[in-house]
Amino acid sequence: MTYLTRRARRPFPWHIVVFLAPAVLIYTVVMIYPILASLWLSLQTRAADGPEHFAGLANYRRLLGSELYAQPLWNAVRNNVVFFAIHMLAQNPVGLLLAVLLSFRLRGSAVYRTLLFTPTVLSVVIIGFVWKLILNPAWGVQRGLLEPLGLQALDQPWLGLPGTALPTLGLISVWQNIGIPMLLFLAALVRIPDELYEAARLDGAGGWTIFRRIQLPLILPTVGIVSVLTFVGNFNAFDLIYSVQGALAGPNFASDILGTLFYRTFFGYQLQPGDEYMGAAVAGVMLTIILAGLLLYLVTVQRRLTEVEL
Amino acid sequence: MTAGGIAPVETTVAPVREKPIVGRGTQVLAHLGLILFTLLATLPTLLIIMNSFKTQLSIFGQPFALPTPETFTLEGYRTVATSANFPLFFLNSLLVTLGSLALILLCSSMAAFALSEYRFRLNTLTGLYLSIGIMVPIRLGTVGILNLMVDLHLVNTLWALILVYTAQGVPLAVFVLTSFMRGVPRDLKEAARIDGAGEYRIYGLILPLIRPALGAVTAISMIPIWNDLWFPLILAPGEKTKTIVLGASMFLGQFVNDYNAVLSALTLAIVPVVVLYVIFSRQLVSGITGGALK
Repeated sequence: MTYLTRRARRPFPWHIVVFLAPAVLIYTVVMIYPILASLWLSLQTRAADGPEHFAGLANYRRLLGSELYAQPLWNAVRNNVVFFAIHMLAQNPVGLLLAVLLSFRLRGSAVYRTLLFTPTVLSVVIIGFVWKLILNPAWGVQRGLLEPLGLQALDQPWLGLPGTALPTLGLISVWQNIGIPMLLFLAALVRIPDELYEAARLDGAGGWTIFRRIQLPLILPTVGIVSVLTFVGNFNAFDLIYSVQGALAGPNFASDILGTLFYRTFFGYQLQPGDEYMGAAVAGVMLTIILAGLLLYLVTVQRRLTEVEL
Repeated sequence: MTAGGIAPVETTVAPVREKPIVGRGTQVLAHLGLILFTLLATLPTLLIIMNSFKTQLSIFGQPFALPTPETFTLEGYRTVATSANFPLFFLNSLLVTLGSLALILLCSSMAAFALSEYRFRLNTLTGLYLSIGIMVPIRLGTVGILNLMVDLHLVNTLWALILVYTAQGVPLAVFVLTSFMRGVPRDLKEAARIDGAGEYRIYGLILPLIRPALGAVTAISMIPIWNDLWFPLILAPGEKTKTIVLGASMFLGQFVNDYNAVLSALTLAIVPVVVLYVIFSRQLVSGITGGALK
């Protein structure tokens, strides 16, 4: 009897450790540790030939206060806000519209969905070049398309003018990524129970009423999640701007966002040498912005949504 | 993003049910809208593919014309085939993508099994810890990652990329797989335990049951890995380790005036991804929707 009770006491569950170890280890060593090391590095500095030493917030003060760093940083933050606004105003509403159209269960919905998502699958290098080519005045695509429609006025070097480069890049990014909000909204829409639609149909409701009264209220949590994903993705973006405008994010830094600024600060460009401490500080600023955005979402939107659900 | 209350997610989205939910007039309008956006989404890409088969002169003269017997040429493809390391870059991308996917699937499914199957003190905490990575982008650790890879002598090796993409893919994969594994009936595992199966054996028995989820994780993880430009640029820019995306971006800079070659290179880069996408399309949809929604 005593033998049995002793047997019943569980030994240390080594198998749980074995199951968790690979994922936790790789994730910790290659992601969490480097992010923390980066933050730590942003608090260090090194004189021309001296050893590395702790500098407190000196790098951040330089980043936010000195002429060399502050002007590009604020420029990048401003541009990033514009970039994000373009996505929120164009990508997410149009993505929602497409999802609603797909949720009407028309014939061929699956085909539309597949084709609408293709740009998202393609590499940004391809996307960037395709649009550079199409917007290139020398190729004649603009002229071949715009002149027959009487829209010659639209034949402009959109990517080359400081005033239009950033909005144009924003719209290219919207064009590429619109499939993601579309799918997320669609997934939420197809979970709406059929009875609601049937009731609406009996009351003689049209497409707009169904959207306003049934679909929109029920997918509000998804709207929140899509906004957060857009925010994180945009404040971390780099590839498209780098592919189209290069590391200098021209013309005259008009399309410079935090991602490209981070790259230049870390690796250097032209006459300015790269600086890993200042690069780490830029990453620190990016992390702060992203975490602040996430926090804001969690305490305001998320909380209100759960209250509504209850 | 909380760890609790994750419901298993169905694998199909928008099953085509018999009856549209709106009236005839709205249906026609909806079709028009969808056709318009579909054209907008696909025409730029088709334009590239179509023109890659045309002579330089007609690429410029009639960008919208289909290739005719007079204007058809494979000149661009010949240039690409003879001048660049495309096969090597392609192989690098393939190795990195397959290597990362294999590691993501293995590590995540093991972790997801532990999180969904056992009750232990750090269960919720581990889940939360792993889910930080869903929202915080790994790019912000680039300075630290580069230093780490320098210390490990992994710079300019494919391993550097594989490790980074695995770390990047694990959080979402664990999240998706855990919710699927919670849906596997408990009786099944208990029956196996009574038959004397060990915990590792039970994990092996579960895997085939969550095949749709593994497919979904493969599809959502694959695209950002294959398309990434940032980490290849920073961790493996050497000629021997370039991925196809990095190689293509260099190639575009180099051959910018040879439109035949550029358009052919682009077409070569577009076709494999689109073919894969069409094959994995359903899993991709269920993966994205299953991963981001609670």
